[in-house]
Amino acid sequence: MSVDQTQFRTAMLDPALPVPNGLTDALGAPAGARFNVYRNNVAVSLTEAMEAAFPVILKLVGEEFFRAMAGVYLRIHPPKSPLMMHYGDAFPGFLEGFEPAQHLGYLPDIARLELAMRESYHAADGTPTEPAVLQSLPPDRLMTARIILAPALRLVRSKWPIHGIWAFNMQGAPQPQMQGQDVLITRPDFDPVLTPLPDGGAAFIIALQQGQSFGTALGLATAQAANFDLTTTLGTLISGAAITKISEG
Amino acid sequence: MTKPVKTIAVAGAVAAAVVAHALPAAAADTEKCFGVALAGQNDCAAGPGTTCAGSSTVDYQGNAWKVVAAGTCTTMELPAMADGTARMGSLEALERDMAG
Repeated sequence: MSVDQTQFRTAMLDPALPVPNGLTDALGAPAGARFNVYRNNVAVSLTEAMEAAFPVILKLVGEEFFRAMAGVYLRIHPPKSPLMMHYGDAFPGFLEGFEPAQHLGYLPDIARLELAMRESYHAADGTPTEPAVLQSLPPDRLMTARIILAPALRLVRSKWPIHGIWAFNMQGAPQPQMQGQDVLITRPDFDPVLTPLPDGGAAFIIALQQGQSFGTALGLATAQAANFDLTTTLGTLISGAAITKISEG
Repeated sequence: MTKPVKTIAVAGAVAAAVVAHALPAAAADTEKCFGVALAGQNDCAAGPGTTCAGSSTVDYQGNAWKVVAAGTCTTMELPAMADGTARMGSLEALERDMAG
């Protein structure tokens, strides 16, 4: 008698279920203990993967809570791919509905930030353009040009101070103040860098990502924040090696 | 639909950004070096997939998530939002956690 995959998978994710019938060890005896070891290793290794993937959330809720929460998550969302670097992509949505963590409203956005950092880390390389090109372009041509952004660039918007919470936990920064933050993730060298954007910065970046012209993006940003700080936003893109091409026509 | 922006001001802003962030020559000299970071000190930027799980740990399982979250969220004192989302704020739960 053999075990089908559905039966094996179901029992693997639910330790309350008995070892599937028909599983035998090397001597032909029922593989009870061995299956339990395997089942335990699946849960423990995925829990460790979650800990590596979401270090800020781990710090926020503590190890005991995190492991228990990961145990629930991994049984609802077992890996869809053998590439563990992508594991946990459903965690923000899971946290939105996870009742024991509802009092920590910022957790889902922190998870989004940590996911985006990981995406940025694993994204393709881009060759940054020489910043002086921006300056050398006459203003009227710059306004109609399109700025192509690096594959490693990510934007995470939140009504919570997600950059402050991240910095407080990972860099020993002062306690965050309550304010929404839009965070730009760039990868100037090999590791992602987080920078909070000024008001209007997110609108500017989103417009560029959508292929709008520099002028249109600027208009959208200033419509949202009259005092939009173009220098700071552009400076973040330049220092983050995030501009790979300036495309005209 | 959108307000026209003075191109002179834009040129100035662009120039300021470029000048402030001119790349130092040394930036090009860095290289990717694998396997030299001490455990836990590589910023965890790569995430999971680069470690193997120990076999000595036992999965907690069960419904232990009922335990109270006990990390730095209990010390962060983020005030509740001014708008309708105030109920999601952490202040109320923080007080409860610290009392326990």
